[in-house]
Amino acid sequence: MSQSTTTEIDYNYKVVRQFTVMTVIWGIVGTFVGVLIAAQLIWPALNFETPWLTYSRLRPLHTNAVIFAFGTSALFATSYYVVQRTCKTTLFGGALVPFTFWGWQAVIVAAAITLPLGITSSKEYAELEWPIDILIALVWVSYAICFFGTLVKRKTSHIYVANWFFGGFIITVAVLHIGNSMALPLTLTKSYSIYPGAIDAMMQWWYGHNAVGFLLTAGFLGMMYYFVPKQAERPVYSYRLSIVHFWALVSLYIWAGPHHLHYTALPDWTQSVGMVMSVVLFLPSWGGMINGIMTLSGAWDKLRSDPILRFLIVSLSFYGMSTFEGPMMAIKSVNALSHYTDWTVGHVHSGALGWVAMISIGSMYYLIPAVFNKPKMYSIKLINVHFWMHTTGIVLYIVAMWISGVMQGLMWRAVNTDGTLTYSFVESLQASYPFYTMRFIGGCFVVAGFLLMAYNMFKTIGSKEESMQRDAVTA
Amino acid sequence: MSSFWSIWITVLTLGTLIGCIFLLRWTLTNFTGVKEGESMGHEFDGIEELNNPLPRWWSIFFMVTIIWGFVYLAFYPGLGNFKGIFGWKSSNQGITSIADSKAQTQAAKDAGLAVQYDREVNSAQERFGPIFEGLAKQEYSELVKNEEALRIGQRLFLQNCAQCHGSDGKGTTGFPNLTDDDWLYGGSPEEIEETLLYGRKAQGMIAWKTMLGGEQGVKEVAAYVRSLSGMDVDTELADAGKEKFAMCAACHGSEGQGSHAMGIALGAPRLNDDIWLYGGSPRAVEASIRDGRAGVMPAWKDFLGEDKIRVVSAYVYSLSADKTDNE
Repeated sequence: MSQSTTTEIDYNYKVVRQFTVMTVIWGIVGTFVGVLIAAQLIWPALNFETPWLTYSRLRPLHTNAVIFAFGTSALFATSYYVVQRTCKTTLFGGALVPFTFWGWQAVIVAAAITLPLGITSSKEYAELEWPIDILIALVWVSYAICFFGTLVKRKTSHIYVANWFFGGFIITVAVLHIGNSMALPLTLTKSYSIYPGAIDAMMQWWYGHNAVGFLLTAGFLGMMYYFVPKQAERPVYSYRLSIVHFWALVSLYIWAGPHHLHYTALPDWTQSVGMVMSVVLFLPSWGGMINGIMTLSGAWDKLRSDPILRFLIVSLSFYGMSTFEGPMMAIKSVNALSHYTDWTVGHVHSGALGWVAMISIGSMYYLIPAVFNKPKMYSIKLINVHFWMHTTGIVLYIVAMWISGVMQGLMWRAVNTDGTLTYSFVESLQASYPFYTMRFIGGCFVVAGFLLMAYNMFKTIGSKEESMQRDAVTA
Repeated sequence: MSSFWSIWITVLTLGTLIGCIFLLRWTLTNFTGVKEGESMGHEFDGIEELNNPLPRWWSIFFMVTIIWGFVYLAFYPGLGNFKGIFGWKSSNQGITSIADSKAQTQAAKDAGLAVQYDREVNSAQERFGPIFEGLAKQEYSELVKNEEALRIGQRLFLQNCAQCHGSDGKGTTGFPNLTDDDWLYGGSPEEIEETLLYGRKAQGMIAWKTMLGGEQGVKEVAAYVRSLSGMDVDTELADAGKEKFAMCAACHGSEGQGSHAMGIALGAPRLNDDIWLYGGSPRAVEASIRDGRAGVMPAWKDFLGEDKIRVVSAYVYSLSADKTDNE
């Protein structure tokens, strides 16, 4: 690569640095709250009889912190970095750029205050009340202006595939957020959804599943399409595969929401369509995994020596696993067993800890030295330790939830010869305890790994070494 | 739904699936003008893209899932108003009452439609109905000694009643303990059965604060009520409360013996024992008097059916500590 690209263009790295540091900080906070509520499921006394420490209030804090604080900060950091580098131009937007950073942090802080206070719209993953929703919308529209403005003034002939995914995710999340959050305010802290009954449920899961589909999938695929080829120093495997899987993914995902509402008051036709689209979505999802993993062709040996690449590639394996599991769970007869059990929780975490967190962690380890002008991370050994801690944590977590989920599903449906249920609910809860403990231990590994990452990050930032220009992170 | 929305849904659904087929066919051909396996010639921050063909197994598998999608939508409801070849339904939809449900179930049965919920209920009824019919024929005196019946009753209790009354039937604040001999509506098997069949709604415990002349009145009556069961109270307050208690005596009885002891099914608890449905602390009793209480036991007749209710009644009766009253 020519040196001129890095010296001639004055890329805006400030906002990337800000979001990068906050990604790691929010990663610690989000997973720590997760571990706390995991512990509360084993030792309920850990809520200390305090309303704002109860499971019901901390659980949305955990999900919001992980999805919107950790995950979305990672998306901001990487998309701002990637769009500039691949368009060979500085970030568009002027004062809107810092507004997206400070505005988004304000949203997160507002969430961290209001959720424990019990202020909630009660919509899963959209719990924040209307004033915060408005701030989210403003930040998001600013984000879109900065991102697409940069695309418009690009100095390259084409738009790189990573930016298709970032762009798709930014547009769709705006539509989803505004659509689902439509509410009539009653007071400053209370509003009511404008949608009635089953329509409200459908709107909620149209939003909910596409928060997964666009924010947690398309956005992170954008990340993958830049950092995997960069770190592997290999060309992207197939341009045509990226076209077919991008368009199929975005057009099918938007239909998949009803599979969250199988066997409910939702009309049969909606459930069927949601299930069909979810199953057809399986292969387009795998298209991204194949394209990422096959990009490693000719560089497989790097997995042995480069823990950053290992984070990136293992994240794709978890992505493949959870996008196979998802369509299966969307099939009604499988859903009859899995729904409302810990299996769902396990599925979400194989996506969140395996795919989303690992691709973000790998990308951050690439990004930290790149934007702080350092030759490499302070310690590659600690990255390796982090990799194994994180992986151990995920495996413990997912395995525990699979066993506990399938067990719950089977216990709930077991019937005696007289037609009465064999087990009462509380018996299935009792049987879940060992797995809750196992999950808690897995979570501790993940948090400890994040702490290690923060240490490594601050050591890197604080180091006196400087690099004038660097092309790729070498492990 | 109207035919507009039906067509809308059908066109969008099929359009998405057919669109995927065209997309796949297009990307299967090499439209790029670059030889397969070579670089596309773009470069983004040092990243190149190769023009590799789609993996064969992947394309075939993708096509298979799309075709499966069409087949599924042909057999099951999905395309707007089209009911699907099987005529399958999960349940009768748009029901507003139990009578409506029964009518629709019968109509679906006559039309030979496959309504899954009805089919499952019917097959359960066929398999398990006779067991409960047989048990329900037994007299209570027999039933309460039938260990198998009590075990079944316990399981039904754990699944339907334990949420409020507790796994051990000992209840909690607001939900009566079923294992003692203090009954709001009577503890004979027949009375329990009636409670289960039709439900109960406590009457008349309105918010008394205004009627009692404010918070002072509430405190006085609370003190008197607590004195009835021999608790240590401020005698001055209790004496003042005694006069006001006349208003309470209509339901709770002049000695606080409760409505059941007076032979009326009002659900007014006995106040001169140490059993407190909503708590016996000064604060709890004051809250009951000040703000009122309205306990509700739902009716289970349409949900469990009479036969099962008889078995549950026998079980609940067996929990009661002192059965001599009713034998």
